[in-house]
Amino acid sequence: MRTSSQILFASSVIALGLLAAAPSRAETRFGIARAPTAAEIAGWDIDVRPDGQGLPKGKGSVAQGQELYDQKCAVCHGSFGESTAYAVLAGGQGSLDKPDRLKTVGSYWPYATTLWDYIYRAMPFGAPKTLTHDQVYAITAYVLHLNDILDSKAVLDEKTLPQIKMPNRDGFITKKTLPDVQNPRCLKDCKGDPGARVVGLTQAALVVAAPTGQAERRAALEGQLAHTGPAVGAADAAAAQTLSNKSGCMACHGVDKAVVGPGFKQVAAKYKGDKTAEAKLLEKVQKGGSGVWGSVPMPANPQVKEEDIKTMVKWILAQ
Amino acid sequence: MAKKIRNETQPIAAPDSRQGFPLNSRRKFLREGAVLGGATLLGGVIGTAGASELDKVKPARPGNENLPPNTPQWSQSLGAPVAAHPYGKPSEFEKNVIRRQIPGLTRTDHSSIDFAPLQDLHGIITPNGLHFERHHSGFPAIHPAEHRLIIHGLVKTPLIFSVDEIIRFPAESRIHFIECGANSGMEWSQPTQISVQFTHGMLSCCEWTGVLVSTLFEEVGVKPEAKWVLAEGADGAGTTRSIPIEKMLDDALVAYAQNGERLRPEQGYPLRLLLPGYQGITNIKWLRRLKVGDQPWHTREETSHYTDLLANGKARQFTVEQEAKSVITFPSGGQVLDHQGFYEISGIAWSGRGRIKAVDVSTDGGKNWKEAVLQEPVLHKCLTRFRLAWNWDGKPALLMSRAMDETGYVQPTMPQLVAIRGTRSIYHNNAIQTWRVDANGQVSNVHLRGDVEGQPNANIQPNIICV
Repeated sequence: MRTSSQILFASSVIALGLLAAAPSRAETRFGIARAPTAAEIAGWDIDVRPDGQGLPKGKGSVAQGQELYDQKCAVCHGSFGESTAYAVLAGGQGSLDKPDRLKTVGSYWPYATTLWDYIYRAMPFGAPKTLTHDQVYAITAYVLHLNDILDSKAVLDEKTLPQIKMPNRDGFITKKTLPDVQNPRCLKDCKGDPGARVVGLTQAALVVAAPTGQAERRAALEGQLAHTGPAVGAADAAAAQTLSNKSGCMACHGVDKAVVGPGFKQVAAKYKGDKTAEAKLLEKVQKGGSGVWGSVPMPANPQVKEEDIKTMVKWILAQ
Repeated sequence: MAKKIRNETQPIAAPDSRQGFPLNSRRKFLREGAVLGGATLLGGVIGTAGASELDKVKPARPGNENLPPNTPQWSQSLGAPVAAHPYGKPSEFEKNVIRRQIPGLTRTDHSSIDFAPLQDLHGIITPNGLHFERHHSGFPAIHPAEHRLIIHGLVKTPLIFSVDEIIRFPAESRIHFIECGANSGMEWSQPTQISVQFTHGMLSCCEWTGVLVSTLFEEVGVKPEAKWVLAEGADGAGTTRSIPIEKMLDDALVAYAQNGERLRPEQGYPLRLLLPGYQGITNIKWLRRLKVGDQPWHTREETSHYTDLLANGKARQFTVEQEAKSVITFPSGGQVLDHQGFYEISGIAWSGRGRIKAVDVSTDGGKNWKEAVLQEPVLHKCLTRFRLAWNWDGKPALLMSRAMDETGYVQPTMPQLVAIRGTRSIYHNNAIQTWRVDANGQVSNVHLRGDVEGQPNANIQPNIICV
């Protein structure tokens, strides 16, 4: 049995221990939160300013960048940054005031540091913040090379990157220019805008609105008019479709048609009657690979559960 | 009980407090039919003349089983018990009221948009499950105990907050709209969408509850040389924008609740930035960091995207304020008016610069306008519901609404806007919307403009690139 003085001693040791362990509240008006540690800040302090503030030490060459780009980026952006499936990365310089204007890193972005910032925090699309600093320097260098801003021998580091002056550095208006339009608010017997006629929806406009194909467009139209959602098939098909959307497969594969990779109907046609297809495709989706449909590799998908891949592969082969 | 109908010639007195109601609204019974354009006067109180609507209603099921004089089946039995749905849901007969996507608008559903069903909503509040979505890498499932907000940079005392700590601060509740800068962006060159859901649905309005950023900034002690703040999200894309310090010290909120309950994951659970009146992208969701600095960061979302390219090749940057805009939500594209006679034209108006002062409505394609009634209370940087009684005479009509805000700015027509912006600047299309009602009662999206000749070129590029 403890004496009261032993209890008191034990309590004060515990209390001191707690005080030592608890981070001290800041001396602020409300005193609710504490200061972050330097490590906590450093782990999240990933932004890069145009003057280079925020760039970590590191370096990468255009040559190294090409290797990394072909593995991790070309699948969506094209080997030369030309793909229109996703953001076009290269080309279009001097086109901004022309009818065929094309906004790319080289033609439009004012600062090269934005490229480093964005690649590190947001790319690759399915696995952001997994590249090392040196890898980001290398890929940044290669994208700038695709835009003829760096030559093939260039090496980028935290000192040279902020020095790059992009072709469209002076292309932005930052002073306030709004409001820029004045409507006199006519109320009676108004003339209207000169030459204005009633313009309705046209077939060509519907191509712009829903460029998926005749059947999908008609269904989409009917969906818009009748306020009904898309038709849902059998429970398995619906589950597989949901999974393939959530898992990012639809980023590269259409159901009917190829996007970056083959359409599911094409896959089904290719493996029709092949009893080993399910097992082959399970492994392909898990490990990635290329060579069957083209040279651009499908990335591995370790983040997708095996049973989900099996559900999707069954559905794909039934298309 | 007869329905009270506002007399639209007697505008309701404006409230004298930001969120208050006037003490005396002047509402009177309508004494004569609304007259606009070529419509005829009914010559009496609307509703007494002519055949009763009840006679025209088709029975819900054959045999009139549930209609009077029969006793409906639901009146002869128990319904569902309390807590049949611990988190309630709408009637199954409202299952068409959902967010929708435009097929083919974006390459992936993870960097994409879905649209609020404005045609099916009433009042000014968007229910949480119908708030439009715009994500750059899908919406994350964040464990609230594992989420933090760090405020650092040019401050005396950097702080790291848990979500519970943020909720301990003094709270503010404000009703504000959020509109994507690219709302109506598909409509610059020509009408392309059938329904108001798609022409205007990147728009929602909720009561947001949170802490004023100014309170948090007082807590950390922002240094005098601070000019810009980087707001960063915890999503895969790590979405960032540079915000001017003046806005952060003004009415910016770190919000944790929408319409009374905690933020939905799609709207940024557990914390988001709310910048009243500013374009959607700046209202960073899944907020994890506010870094105070003296220069903008020129992030991807304020350079590559969300900048307005003009015909001369220059682009406007940091055009953050959403300018005054309005749209009629009933009657609107894709709907059908199945009889002549009385309708109430209804719609919404909003401005990122303050309160809506007036909304004018035309039914003759803009030749003549009448000021609509504004639903009380009319709030600052918030959706405002407007209504106008209309007697449709069965002839083709062109319905338009035009908002004016408290700065005197008047919503422009499409030709007025295109004359300055061209058709390729993507963002900030706040042009007046026109709906055509044809003699069959079908309502469709039309533009009144002189720059589109017959069949447009089939090679036109889509007006939005959403990646």
